[in-house]
Amino acid sequence: MATKSLHKLGSDLAQSNKQLEILSNGIFKNGELPTFKDKISETNQFPLKAKKLEILQINVGYMCNQVCDHCHVDAGPDRKEIMTRETMQQCLEVIRNSGAHTLDLTGGAPEMNPDFRWFVEEAAKVGIKDFIVRSNLTIIRANKKYHDLPEFFKRHNVHVVSSMPHWTRGKTDKQRGDGVFDKSIKALQDLNAIGYGMPDSDLRLDLVYNPSGAFLPGDQTSMEKDFKKALLEDFGIQFHNLFAITNLPIARFLDYLIASDNYEDYMYSLVEAYNPAAVTNVMCTNTLSISWDGYLFDCDFNQMLELPVNSKSKHISEFNEKLLEGRNIVISQHCYGCTAGAGSSCQGSVA
Amino acid sequence: MSKTYYDPADLRKFGKITEWSEELGNKFFDYYGKVFEEGALTAREKSLIALAVAHTEQCPYCIDAYTKDTLQRGVTKEEMMEAIHVGAAIKSGATLVHGVQMMNKVNKLDG
Repeated sequence: MATKSLHKLGSDLAQSNKQLEILSNGIFKNGELPTFKDKISETNQFPLKAKKLEILQINVGYMCNQVCDHCHVDAGPDRKEIMTRETMQQCLEVIRNSGAHTLDLTGGAPEMNPDFRWFVEEAAKVGIKDFIVRSNLTIIRANKKYHDLPEFFKRHNVHVVSSMPHWTRGKTDKQRGDGVFDKSIKALQDLNAIGYGMPDSDLRLDLVYNPSGAFLPGDQTSMEKDFKKALLEDFGIQFHNLFAITNLPIARFLDYLIASDNYEDYMYSLVEAYNPAAVTNVMCTNTLSISWDGYLFDCDFNQMLELPVNSKSKHISEFNEKLLEGRNIVISQHCYGCTAGAGSSCQGSVA
Repeated sequence: MSKTYYDPADLRKFGKITEWSEELGNKFFDYYGKVFEEGALTAREKSLIALAVAHTEQCPYCIDAYTKDTLQRGVTKEEMMEAIHVGAAIKSGATLVHGVQMMNKVNKLDG
């Protein structure tokens, strides 16, 4: 189990250009596997173009109380990148004026940003249709000051989306750290107790499943059924939907794939599972990702790879929805992660 | 020629068997795909059966494939190992039940 981020360890793979090099060389350079560009060209889907903006995903900082093995953000307690209130104010301006129906706050653990609560209060006033906070659950139990988060979320009608790698302790703790399972269960029970995740409740509680190793997620509907049955029987926990998300080969997951000699097999699995129907609905076509320092990206993964949007409007301070619409999406081989099987996005399967 | 009889990379080439006999190959893969769809048994149950049979058949390709497949379906390692024990029990039972044949023969020859 990792205790420090790749950044803190000074690993080569902390550098986005090194990751991009790996993703462009080897099996993709020698033609063993087609590049993502070649693959989507086969079905005339290149260049991939942004459609109307529907989701604004804001990363309020890379600091996290956990150091999960496969984190694509390389988040952890040692990451100091935190969104300032000034940038948040610029984001609020965009939220007020954009056509997006969903606001999605992520991190790190977004709750660790000192201005998180202020930002949620202000953003909630805008009355956006779906206001998501991606909470890792353990943060709620990490410190007394976070114990009231469920109530806080409820007050602002926040849609809580939380990671839960498995319904068993062993698999969850292996990926996310010792004790994470028990804390997550307690946090889910706290959320249930005030109405989150209950059948017919408007307080939305969804879980995110991503595989604990070098394999793809199974069918989202079947996984949801298994999760629901096990969590209800074992812990009396209920939730609404499960989002099955594929691990993308970047940051700590890429590091893991290489260290465990699984990289090539994993890329083969992704390419073999390529589904052109998933390309049509891939999340970068209706989402914008905003980094802690206000820059704009096609998705959170491109943010981590430091691949900015291909548009003149590159920063929240010069946000221009018209300019961004129709932009060419920036792609590399990591994009295969979103087009495998039923497809994968921050909202789960797409095809 | 390869210096080993089994190469893990060969599993990826399984689909190529259709190249030398397209009709039969396609019929096999259609049948194979259909077998593993959700039916009276769930796809998860079928995957566990396949994992157990992969072991009794001692097919390295199948073991790789269905270890991954069961993991993808959220199967735990305890469930996987139990499934293999089911296969092993049938294998050893199948050996031992022939002991009755041996006993019958002994009784006939030397009873």
